[in-house]
Amino acid sequence: MFDWEFAISILPALLKALRVTLQATLVGISIALLLGLVWAFLGHSGRGLPAKVTAASVEFIRSTPLLVQIYFLFYVAPNFGLTLSPFSAGTLALGLHYSAYTAEVYRAGIEGVPSGQWEAALSLNMGRFLTWRSVILPQAIPPVIPALGNYLVAMFKETPLLAAITVMELLQTAKIIGAQTFRYLEPLTLVGLLFLAVSLVASRLVRRLEVRFGSR
Amino acid sequence: MLELFHFLPPLLSGLWVTIQLAFGGSILAVLAAFAVGLLRLSRKAGLRIAATAYTDFFRGTSALVQLFWVYFALPFWGVELDAMTAGIVVLGLNHGAYGAEVVRGAVQAVPRPQYEAAAALNFTERQTLWRIILPQALPAMLPPFGNLLIELLKSTALVSMITLGDLTFQGQILRAATLRSGEIFTLVLLLYFMLALSISFGVRRLERRLAVGRVRRRPMVAADV
Repeated sequence: MFDWEFAISILPALLKALRVTLQATLVGISIALLLGLVWAFLGHSGRGLPAKVTAASVEFIRSTPLLVQIYFLFYVAPNFGLTLSPFSAGTLALGLHYSAYTAEVYRAGIEGVPSGQWEAALSLNMGRFLTWRSVILPQAIPPVIPALGNYLVAMFKETPLLAAITVMELLQTAKIIGAQTFRYLEPLTLVGLLFLAVSLVASRLVRRLEVRFGSR
Repeated sequence: MLELFHFLPPLLSGLWVTIQLAFGGSILAVLAAFAVGLLRLSRKAGLRIAATAYTDFFRGTSALVQLFWVYFALPFWGVELDAMTAGIVVLGLNHGAYGAEVVRGAVQAVPRPQYEAAAALNFTERQTLWRIILPQALPAMLPPFGNLLIELLKSTALVSMITLGDLTFQGQILRAATLRSGEIFTLVLLLYFMLALSISFGVRRLERRLAVGRVRRRPMVAADV
């Protein structure tokens, strides 16, 4: 049934692929953290058109499958003269998808800042940019860091989707090993175990963050 | 523009597969959520540990990896499932693990004195659960369950990777045949969006139905992060 010798022999290849998976997660979360902040700004900029367009886009991104978004970026971008490598198309789609979630988290954080803080900044004659940078964000972001951390774990678990556009991450590597050796049990089980190990460790770390930032 | 009409029939047949998957998966997910969520509150330590292991396992590994495992690796243990069954089983069990936490949270949020009142009235444990606790916990579960069903709907796209002809799969086939990726994937995204909107519409109606005759304790703002 489960061939241990075979499992050990493919482990180095899978660990190498795990690095690609982790890289994709890190690039993806960086994009999501930055872009989410942009969404949150635009959504907060009043009741006007930008806020409405932002809300609709975020809703649309959240309600459609990441896999289709990945295909969309990978296959449609070349029509506009923008040819992306599988890795960059995939991580861009990951980042874009999760930015819709992080935007909501930021929004909750920003709404949690008491309105007196805005008024105080105004009465000190601070500009818009200065108010955001040195009054609002320093108070809005620390409490939501644990929630953002959860999306890091969630994103890590979605990276196997990149296999669909041939990024050589964990699942793609396991599939190729399976196709070459006609044994899927060992590679796929190992991939599952690697994911379980990394995400259990990561979610424990997120829980530590929650304690550190006192949101629990 | 005219070609768009040629795209529709295969996409709609894919949409039907997607709807079947989402429906089957949702039913299994809700059943698993209630079973596991209540087991996590059991007084027997063994049941509690088993339920926690279930949620940790399904939430800790990737849904796509689970799908591949069930479809490609399980046959090595002599269990062969067709793609549709594999899809429903994985989607249901995976989202059931998330739903279990929703059930657990909502049940735990029912005030303690409700249990004491039930005990004072000599209700059996089963009666307490069905007549006192669950009716009060249910309204709190609905908004997060609505989100969960939309997550499940989005996850159905994964089955295209085990060659089941769902909406995403049909989109891919059409793209390969016509190379009109822009139109096709826009159409696919819009169809998913419409499905998601109808789910949230349905859940909101159900919420209103269940809210009839109840004192509203908390504002109905969905703080569903």
